[in-house]
Amino acid sequence: MATTIPAADRTRTGPGSAPPGGADHRTRQGRPALLFLTPFLALYLLFIIGPALYGLVMSFFHTSMVRPGLGEFAGLDNYAEALGSSDFWWAIWHTVWFTILTTPPLVVLALVFALLAERVRRGRWFFRLAFFLPYVLPSAVVALIWMWIYTPELGLLSRTVDTLGGTAPNWLGDPAWAMVSLAVTTVWWTLGFNFVLYLAGLQDVPRDLYEASAIDGAGPWQQIRRITLPLLTRTTTLVVVLQVIASLKVFDQMYIMTSGGPNFSTRSALQYVFDVGFTDYRTGYAAAASTLFFLLVLAASAVWLVLTRRPESEV
Amino acid sequence: MALRGSTHDRYRDGDGDTDRDRRRSEAGALASSVDRRMRLFNHCCVGVLLALALLWLVPLAWALDTSLKPNAETTDPTWLIENPTLQAYRTVLADSDILNWYVASFVTSTLATLGTVLTASMAAYALSRLRFRYRRLVFWLVLAGLMIPNQVLIVPQFRELGSVHLLNTWWAVLLPQIPTAIAVFVFKQFFDGIPRDLDEAARIDGAGFFRTYRRVVMPLSRPAVSAVAIFSFVWSWNNLLWPLLAVTDPDLMTIPVGLAAIQGTYGIRYADTMASAILGALPLILVFLLFQRRIVEGIAGTGLKG
Repeated sequence: MATTIPAADRTRTGPGSAPPGGADHRTRQGRPALLFLTPFLALYLLFIIGPALYGLVMSFFHTSMVRPGLGEFAGLDNYAEALGSSDFWWAIWHTVWFTILTTPPLVVLALVFALLAERVRRGRWFFRLAFFLPYVLPSAVVALIWMWIYTPELGLLSRTVDTLGGTAPNWLGDPAWAMVSLAVTTVWWTLGFNFVLYLAGLQDVPRDLYEASAIDGAGPWQQIRRITLPLLTRTTTLVVVLQVIASLKVFDQMYIMTSGGPNFSTRSALQYVFDVGFTDYRTGYAAAASTLFFLLVLAASAVWLVLTRRPESEV
Repeated sequence: MALRGSTHDRYRDGDGDTDRDRRRSEAGALASSVDRRMRLFNHCCVGVLLALALLWLVPLAWALDTSLKPNAETTDPTWLIENPTLQAYRTVLADSDILNWYVASFVTSTLATLGTVLTASMAAYALSRLRFRYRRLVFWLVLAGLMIPNQVLIVPQFRELGSVHLLNTWWAVLLPQIPTAIAVFVFKQFFDGIPRDLDEAARIDGAGFFRTYRRVVMPLSRPAVSAVAIFSFVWSWNNLLWPLLAVTDPDLMTIPVGLAAIQGTYGIRYADTMASAILGALPLILVFLLFQRRIVEGIAGTGLKG
């Protein structure tokens, strides 16, 4: 998950908020602060920060699912093994490939759809419904529907291609097509989110810029190229980075629709972790693979953080 | 939008200079030709978008269509339903554990939502309004959580909950989903925008911090509350990876885990499979229809993304 943290007003020392007595004031607010923070922090430390550190420690041990305790100290063995494993690199590559296949259409189509929708005066709810409804559906529902559509010979897509005179491939069964098919499903499923982000971004483009350019004789294309797109740069950065992060975290579609197949050609990084951790019971190794995957996502998140905002200015 | 008309209005108030008048009328003529082009362009846009929207609805419509046919007729390549029947729905409701899954999803998602809204808003109140010693540290700790995808925590979380024998209970599904760093940020950002004078006034009237939080700040934060609540609910309901690991007992499974598990069990009974998909989608379609506007505003305002 990620968020934009829009510039909050930094003038937070309004009248009356100045501490009426320095250190004394500080201690008076320390106790209520503790009470307010405890429920969140307790759960947060127990289920997020704790496991994160535990996982990091585990990644340096030969921990196994079938034995209690951490097991033998492994040093960097787990990392060395992962980095030397072709299965691991294939899984990373599948994840990156999936990200490459999904990000451009999910950004470009969302932008195009939003630009079109901006010109609609009536019945906007219908377009929101059509494009956004899939986004709120569980992955399992999406997967079941698309597996039926992709069914060889009997499925809607295969039949349509056959009717048009082509030869439908085995969408999910052919290693050359499986990832593309998963990408198409994903575009259908999640486009609505980016669409809505772009619609919001478009609302911030000042109307009078269009009016002024229309007086200068600018046509719609020129307006889009010279006004809309440059002013949407911030939104586009946000959409791209959020999309890259979301795509890297792919698991559900592959897990349900192809189980990583055919012949492991769609096994994602997270499924690799899942397989080595929960099928091979190699917990320590799975933790190391998780950590490496985390670094990949972190790199993408870091880009987002640098490009959007420096949060320390809000403290 | 809002391109028409205003170009002319802009040229109405002038000072009578003839040269300028001429330029004005030229500009007006140009503008009206641009106007016509623009209107034509807009019509084309609407047409294209309508076609795309209908295309986007095809998968859902096809699933619904299939689910209303008898199993034997699902392989007919037609949208026409010759013998409409609800048999598939009856089969799914009778044969599978889907009703249990509904209960599991409903209970865990509702509690996760309540937990997230409550704990995150309280923490955000402290960060936004109170001065205390480790404020900066807490803020950075929460920020760190923003960077950690829950997915990389599955291995240690699984061992942790296993060691306290909570696996295969709703607790295991629920608890890790409550602490949500991003919800704290959404609330903090919203609270920061509420004038402090309001809660200072309440404080002067003798209200404690908790009263101020409950009676002043929270009632003013409805948009933030509903955005966080709706997203927590949808994420929690749709979460697959964690509940898949946490629960293996079919009676305790959530909707996504259950549907993933029965995937394939209906074989070529496509109507049954689609009926189960539609049943699984139904609660969220309902949530969407009820809260459409709030969901969209929530995304636009915060960039929340699962």
